[in-house]
Amino acid sequence: MSNSVVLKIDNLESYYGPIMAIRGVSLEVRQGQIVTILGANGAGKTTLLKTISGVMTPAKGTIELNNEPIAYLEADRIVKKGLVHVPEGREIFPLLSVYENVIIGAYTRNDKKQIAADLEMVYNYFPILKERGKQKAGTLSGGQQQMLAIARGLMSAPKVMLLDEPSLGLSPLLVEEIFTILKRLNKEQGVTMLLVEQNARVALEVADYGYVMEIGRIVMADDAKKLAASKDIQAFYLGVSEAGERGQKRYKQRKTWR
Amino acid sequence: MDFWQLAISGLANGSVYGLIALGFVLIYKATEAVNFAQGDFMMMGAFITIWLTNEQYLGFSFWLAIPLAILIMALLGYLLDVVVIRRMFGQPQIAVIILTIALGFIIRFAAGAIWSHEPQLLETPFAGREVHFGGLVLGFEEVAVIIVTLLLTMFLFLFFKKAKLGKAMQAASQNQLAAYYVGIPVKRIQSLVWALGGSVAAVAGILFASKGAVDPSTGLLGIKAFAAAVIGGFGSLPGALIGGLIIGLIEPFAAYGLPAGYSQVAPYALMLLVLIFRPAGLFSQMHKKKV
Repeated sequence: MSNSVVLKIDNLESYYGPIMAIRGVSLEVRQGQIVTILGANGAGKTTLLKTISGVMTPAKGTIELNNEPIAYLEADRIVKKGLVHVPEGREIFPLLSVYENVIIGAYTRNDKKQIAADLEMVYNYFPILKERGKQKAGTLSGGQQQMLAIARGLMSAPKVMLLDEPSLGLSPLLVEEIFTILKRLNKEQGVTMLLVEQNARVALEVADYGYVMEIGRIVMADDAKKLAASKDIQAFYLGVSEAGERGQKRYKQRKTWR
Repeated sequence: MDFWQLAISGLANGSVYGLIALGFVLIYKATEAVNFAQGDFMMMGAFITIWLTNEQYLGFSFWLAIPLAILIMALLGYLLDVVVIRRMFGQPQIAVIILTIALGFIIRFAAGAIWSHEPQLLETPFAGREVHFGGLVLGFEEVAVIIVTLLLTMFLFLFFKKAKLGKAMQAASQNQLAAYYVGIPVKRIQSLVWALGGSVAAVAGILFASKGAVDPSTGLLGIKAFAAAVIGGFGSLPGALIGGLIIGLIEPFAAYGLPAGYSQVAPYALMLLVLIFRPAGLFSQMHKKKV
């Protein structure tokens, strides 16, 4: 844990209209880590990512990227500073070609040589995208669109990559494939990632550190291995069921944080 | 011979409709707002050019007046977005529509107050020249209008195909949220699209004024251009141009073959037919999102 902190969030609050969706979240992501945020539907995970990437404006709190404040900036400035958000549900540009989609990820950059090198690197991890380069992106399958969204994010040469539910709507085999690639990117290219997932099992497998979010708050934070071993996480996020002493159902019990 | 004469003048008119329709579609695609003042933009572009170049006003050289007029209209389009339209963000679409309709009225009366309601003609260096082509006698202006429209369309095509800014405009129109995520400054891009819409309107106005007189109510033919955009499939650039050409072609032939009164209805009748049988337009670019 000696690596420097790349992304530091302190006491962040954010509203969806009148609803307070993020209620004072603080967290840290260190260089080269994969950090995961677990949580059920409506816990505020996506809102948190949107607030970090500047698509939503926070109401309160600070966000620092390499000790530089980035909260309240426009989204495009934040991408330029090195934080990219790979959104959930494969938000691609359907009528542009696959190649154009990938290359537009480098919109904020001007160093042609490095962009070309990064394109090679990205194609290396996602050979299918090179193969389908000329095709319209809207004609790709769901899994390929998810790969395209990740590849597009990589093209901005991010210091931190926010990933929102890369497993959404994909078959178990594809989930496995995508997470293997993410892990490789992290190990081989040193890409730091903040990963939001409902699929806690795969997320905890690849992550170094994890946070658990419920109704807008962080309720638990620990090393991914310890989280995976925790009884609460096993029962509520990993679906491990155990019979209690009197065979009573787990839902009658209280979580440790409540 | 009659046929070709009618066809050429129809194509020339249609080019102007097509260019206005192009403005409609450009702005609609990028910002999801319909600019009902696009026809009045065209009229204003025409009057600004007249003001710059005609002897009775400033009397600049024709070749200086054209880029100046295009630049002024681009600037006006840009400012309109920054100052007015952007504030409407989050309001229902109908609010923007009413706003642009009102804006059309304002432009019309302002133009009347500044340049009077008299029809005026743009003084061009090639007024009255004729082009002889295989037995046809064509007005130089009509041929120029068609050629300029073709060139402008080609330029726009290449701009959207090759230029980084053009790609960003396409991206922002196809998926605004994703455009934010990849770091495209969406708001600035939208203002630039309004600027582009303004300059295309200026070109349409210059072309229109060089082949016929304009007065402040000329902008009302924006409605015809709207019909053209609908026929082409609102949202398709080539569709808008072709829709304009179709309407331009129908008019002279309808006037030739149908009793007076019916011929003016022909473009709208066609629009109705297209809406009934191909509701998405002739060249629709629809895309269903995969879940």
